[in-house]
Amino acid sequence: MKSYSLTHLRELESESIYILREVASQFENPVMLFSGGKDSIVMFHLARKAFWPGKVPFPLLHVDTGHNFPETIAFRDKLMTETGADLIVGSVEQSIAEGKAVEEKGINASRNGLQTVTLLESLEKGKYDAAMGGGRRDEEKARSKERFFSHRDEFGQWDPKNQRPELWNLFNGKKNMGEHFRVFPISNWTEMDIWQYILSENIGIPNLYFSHKRRVFERDGSLLAECDFIPMKDSEKIEERVVRFRTIGDMTCTGAVESDADTLQKIIDEVSSTRTTERGSRSDDKRSEAAMEDRKKQGYF
Amino acid sequence: MTENQSYLDMDLLRFTTAGSVDDGKSTLIGRMLYDSKSIFQDQMEAIEKASARLGGEGEEGVNLALLTDGLRAEREQGITIDVAYRYFATPKRKFIIADTPGHIQYTRNMVTGASTANLAIILVDARNGMIEQTCRHSFIASLLKIPHIIFCINKMDLVDYRQDDYEKIKGTIEAFCSKLDVQDIRFIPISALKGDNVVHKSERMDWYQGGTLMYNLENIHISGDHNQVDVRFPVQYVIRPQTKEFPDYRGYGGRVAGGVLKKGDAVMVLPSGLTTKIAKIDTMDGEVEEAFAPMSCTILLEDDLDISRGDMIVRSNNKPEVSQDIDMMVCWMGDSPLNPTGKYTIRHTTKEARCVIKEILYKVNVDNLHRIEDDKVISANDICRVSIRTTQPLLFDKYNRNRSTGSVIIIDEATNNTVGAGMII
Repeated sequence: MKSYSLTHLRELESESIYILREVASQFENPVMLFSGGKDSIVMFHLARKAFWPGKVPFPLLHVDTGHNFPETIAFRDKLMTETGADLIVGSVEQSIAEGKAVEEKGINASRNGLQTVTLLESLEKGKYDAAMGGGRRDEEKARSKERFFSHRDEFGQWDPKNQRPELWNLFNGKKNMGEHFRVFPISNWTEMDIWQYILSENIGIPNLYFSHKRRVFERDGSLLAECDFIPMKDSEKIEERVVRFRTIGDMTCTGAVESDADTLQKIIDEVSSTRTTERGSRSDDKRSEAAMEDRKKQGYF
Repeated sequence: MTENQSYLDMDLLRFTTAGSVDDGKSTLIGRMLYDSKSIFQDQMEAIEKASARLGGEGEEGVNLALLTDGLRAEREQGITIDVAYRYFATPKRKFIIADTPGHIQYTRNMVTGASTANLAIILVDARNGMIEQTCRHSFIASLLKIPHIIFCINKMDLVDYRQDDYEKIKGTIEAFCSKLDVQDIRFIPISALKGDNVVHKSERMDWYQGGTLMYNLENIHISGDHNQVDVRFPVQYVIRPQTKEFPDYRGYGGRVAGGVLKKGDAVMVLPSGLTTKIAKIDTMDGEVEEAFAPMSCTILLEDDLDISRGDMIVRSNNKPEVSQDIDMMVCWMGDSPLNPTGKYTIRHTTKEARCVIKEILYKVNVDNLHRIEDDKVISANDICRVSIRTTQPLLFDKYNRNRSTGSVIIIDEATNNTVGAGMII
């Protein structure tokens, strides 16, 4: 008998498509978080596959800190135009102006934590009952126990000790009024899977991921891009280096790595031989050993 | 195909690990990640720091177990409290580990991890041999129909790598497993702490001729783990773009739960019983000739039938059972006991229904497989056999025949929590 089997990328793709269709079926008003990073780009690509030739039946929500790389925003806008997707932008800048969020002080000030305020506010305003995110379990310890369908109470909080068991591919999206879900359709993908898939599907990504010349400076072992949002110490020196970004977040906390990987294949080769995790260049995770766990409990993605 | 594109040919193996508290499960996973070079430098530095603080063991001076202890509460108590998923890949395969805790109160976690696994690794301490928990883990693995089970007789270093000890334990487990319904059982003597037979072949156990654990994980044949005989396509989502470009497109999105579907096949739609043919199997990348489990695709039919989510596309000469009265083994997961007169919501494939518990037939003592018929209080982590009646017929197969169409979850209508996992008999 002929043997039928899927490659790991096809199996992951099938699983994610199944989850995306499940979200569209089980929830009344879902939304997909979109950051402009590779994970959310892949998640959106999978959503297009799940509902093709129909339109993706939910809008995308971008929580804009105001500290994004301009390249990310340009890429986002182009992708939305090309695919005809609906985009909603939640602005951290506005949350600060309205006094709902307070800007951090000091040299390492970041708006990363403030995203949670704007995110929860945007979810409430749109009355969304499920928000899909591109979180992956391999990213970080606290994420390794996250469910595909992650229940949040009316304050948007995550209770890691009281999660619903998740069996087979039967997902329970039932909830009480005011509660909502976070859903992670690409939970089982690793950084390597994402890159291999981007290559094999020929998916466009912001050019920040590819090697380029950039003016950077070193802080706590990370290379940060020169920008107006980061106050510099006198001892810190701007240098031009050949770098790329492994993750894309705020300019204030996303470190670059020195690299000459200017094609997807070179990135894959680099990722497969690299010895640090991608979040290793994110200063927001370095704050404490349980930094991510604490942020997630408060409603962070 | 160049070496760099070898990933286009890799498949995916999901496995679960079970063991008692001190069987060295976290150490084993740490060892697999460490020896297969799946640990990153920053992760290693973090556990070296933590090892120095909490005390470590192992010849590298680091506590490999710390790699897998995720949440703060666990790190403080030194236990694993929830299923955690880990990932690694070798040039041959990608692996997903469902790392489940071994405590008695966490049977539900092992059931959860086992539900999606192709393979279970059950750890046995070579000093203690087969204990009650080994029975429990083997029983759960067979109940959940995990196709492959590997018993790792661990801590061989502490019994001086003696073959006799290993053979004795192996014999006891084999005798026990003959009472269970398991297809593929293997045994490997290992030391997770010292690295014997995990990734590298042990030089201290010449008497063992079999492959290392990693060799087995990389080479076990898994394409037969899905049912490829009985065509089952639960309709998940109806795709109707109604655009200028696709005015009349009507596709049925779903994930194949069994069998192989081909363009032109005569099919029947349940529960209506109407018959038609497959006009096309569609994806965004274009049409495909055939679809099989666990593929997600979109099926177009030749006739315009009234089909919605929860219906199932099958072959008319191979239908699932259709009934409202269903017997199943249930692993109870709720904090409050099963209410014998209660009504519950039930989810099965893409269908949702309500059900009443008709009868609790018996409870299973998971440590010796005895049936308990005089105590029918079903609390968290209990496994029992029940008869239920659903508000509408389910389209199902026995769990032994098909894990996708034979499984249900039971949901408490007051709390919306998932309180039970059912395997249809």
